[in-house]
Amino acid sequence: MADITYREALRQALREEMLRDERVFLLGEDIGAYGGSYAVTKGLLEEFGEKRVKDTPISETAIIGAAVGAAMDGLRPVAEIMTINFTLVAIDQVINNAAKIHYMFGGQFRCPLVIRTVGGGRRLAATHSQNLEVLFAHIPGLKVVAPATPYDAKGLLKAAIRDDDPVVFIEHSLLYSTRGPVPDEDYVVPIGVSDIKRRGRDVTIVAYSRMTREALIAAEELAKQGIEAEVVDLRTLRPLDMGPVLDSVARTNRAVVVGEDWRSFGIGAEVAARIQEEAFDELDAPVLRVSQLEVPTPYAANLEKLAFPGSRQIVEACQQVLNIQVGAPVAAG
Amino acid sequence: MSTERQEAVLLPHQQDKDHLLDLYRKMFLIRRFEERAAEAYTQGKIGGFLHLAIGEEAANVGTIVALRDDDDVFTHYRSHGHALARGMDPGAVMAELFGKTTGVSRGRGGSMHLASLEHHFWGGYAIVGGHIPLAVGMALAHQYRGLDRVVLCIFGDGAVNTGAFHEALNMAGVWKLPVVFAVSNNLYGMGTAIERSSAVTEVYKRAAAYNMPGRRINGNDVLQVEAAVRDAVERARAGEGPSLLELVTYRFRGHSMADAELYRSKEEVEQYKARDPIVAFRRRLEEQGVADAGALSAIEKEVEDTVEAAVRFAEESPEPDPGTIFDYIYVNP
Repeated sequence: MADITYREALRQALREEMLRDERVFLLGEDIGAYGGSYAVTKGLLEEFGEKRVKDTPISETAIIGAAVGAAMDGLRPVAEIMTINFTLVAIDQVINNAAKIHYMFGGQFRCPLVIRTVGGGRRLAATHSQNLEVLFAHIPGLKVVAPATPYDAKGLLKAAIRDDDPVVFIEHSLLYSTRGPVPDEDYVVPIGVSDIKRRGRDVTIVAYSRMTREALIAAEELAKQGIEAEVVDLRTLRPLDMGPVLDSVARTNRAVVVGEDWRSFGIGAEVAARIQEEAFDELDAPVLRVSQLEVPTPYAANLEKLAFPGSRQIVEACQQVLNIQVGAPVAAG
Repeated sequence: MSTERQEAVLLPHQQDKDHLLDLYRKMFLIRRFEERAAEAYTQGKIGGFLHLAIGEEAANVGTIVALRDDDDVFTHYRSHGHALARGMDPGAVMAELFGKTTGVSRGRGGSMHLASLEHHFWGGYAIVGGHIPLAVGMALAHQYRGLDRVVLCIFGDGAVNTGAFHEALNMAGVWKLPVVFAVSNNLYGMGTAIERSSAVTEVYKRAAAYNMPGRRINGNDVLQVEAAVRDAVERARAGEGPSLLELVTYRFRGHSMADAELYRSKEEVEQYKARDPIVAFRRRLEEQGVADAGALSAIEKEVEDTVEAAVRFAEESPEPDPGTIFDYIYVNP
């Protein structure tokens, strides 16, 4: 078990899967000679050659479309889209092709494709710091993964590459240099399984990707106040594994859902709706959401800081759901 | 690089009687199949959109017959003719139009999404231009594996102004992929004449931008189409890269069954109908003594029976079982 970065965990996953399976290859902008804009693919061109690490033109539609076509014929392409913002110019390929290939032709074709891309960002202004995971999580036919830790990043990327369906694998730019323990031996983290990252009896914090880290920081802060928060990391957004969330809410009776996306129609909205549909009687307070303010991301440092959620907002939301409980009239009986 | 209209040189096997009659049979089958589909549509037995290729049968057949069985086809939403030319069962194609479970795509796709894994017929796609990158990806897969399979990608003149066309042809040109791009130029993108939508109306000239050969062919002459596509396919098979073929043709019917045809004159349509590719080919077979009127009538009678049987099969087939609605979304749900 070694402590490695999220970036290194992803690189190991790519390398090990390329060694394990000749059908796995990478394509994307500046992933080879340049070394990858976030350096995840660094060294892989030198090790595997141009056939398996393909630098592409700046053509996101052709990158994803070509990956779909290669996947239909049985290869296992991993397409890198430099940032999630650039998937927008190719969203037709993702939603109308990758997500539909298996269904629309009556199950005849498969699309074992991974689209690796990156959300988040700092001081990059409105078009380069978005968290657009909900666009993909909305679509039947796609699987959507957003890991928070090096362990999950490696295990989920390996699972995604081995999966027979299209997977949108969303990394976070501010997580690449974070560290965590990763086993030396081969392992996968199954897609579609949420994970309890911290145990606690008082309130459930549901998060994913970078917000899981913020939730854990918030939980430490709350512990100093005598509040024990349970942190559930969704890890996969579609298919959404609500089991651990509902179990946790049954014990804590309160929930805060945290996402770096915008609040309206977001991941938090979905999780909160599912909680009230499936565990209404367990709730002692309304489910609250913590999310990005509903503005395009501003460049100015102070405004940007206001826009993004962090541990402070999570602490406040947890206090609020507990205060509502504390301040509520005592139930009869 | 060809920069002028070229007459294709006919190939030795194109003198073969059986081959010539097979071409005639396929063209006549497409015509009768689509005429019957139009009737079924007006009877409410086929829903949604129905895009007929009546008038374009020479381009439909000439392209497909130039392929080997293990070559691959990607096409667009006007593809009944391509499917039939490829040898897909007319009953299963008609059943797909009727939305029946016995359809080629198990009733999930309809007229615009015909497919058959067995025939390497990788689907009809209905986002204009959106399937061109998929064809490039499959060609990439063949190059990756060192196979000598070739991909044929068919689309209309409307598709050449999409970004997907540009990105895909550039990528195919950069990587010298084994793919043949065949544009059925029927002079209208839905209701907009090519002069009103394309700065360069001779589509084949665009090949220059992608460093590949471009040729303009009389798309109403099945033998010229076949010869030109065979040339391009053999070139691709030999590792010499992609080609762009412009097959100039004309559709006699509207863009779809819903088209009132306000954008072109009846006189124009009548002029083209007077040069009907099936009638012209039939006359040629008779004049050259390949077959007499009786032999051709016998083929036509056999086709009529086939089409009637196809309609009967479609009508008598069951709808998909409602319990299967979630089937085929994922390989591994």
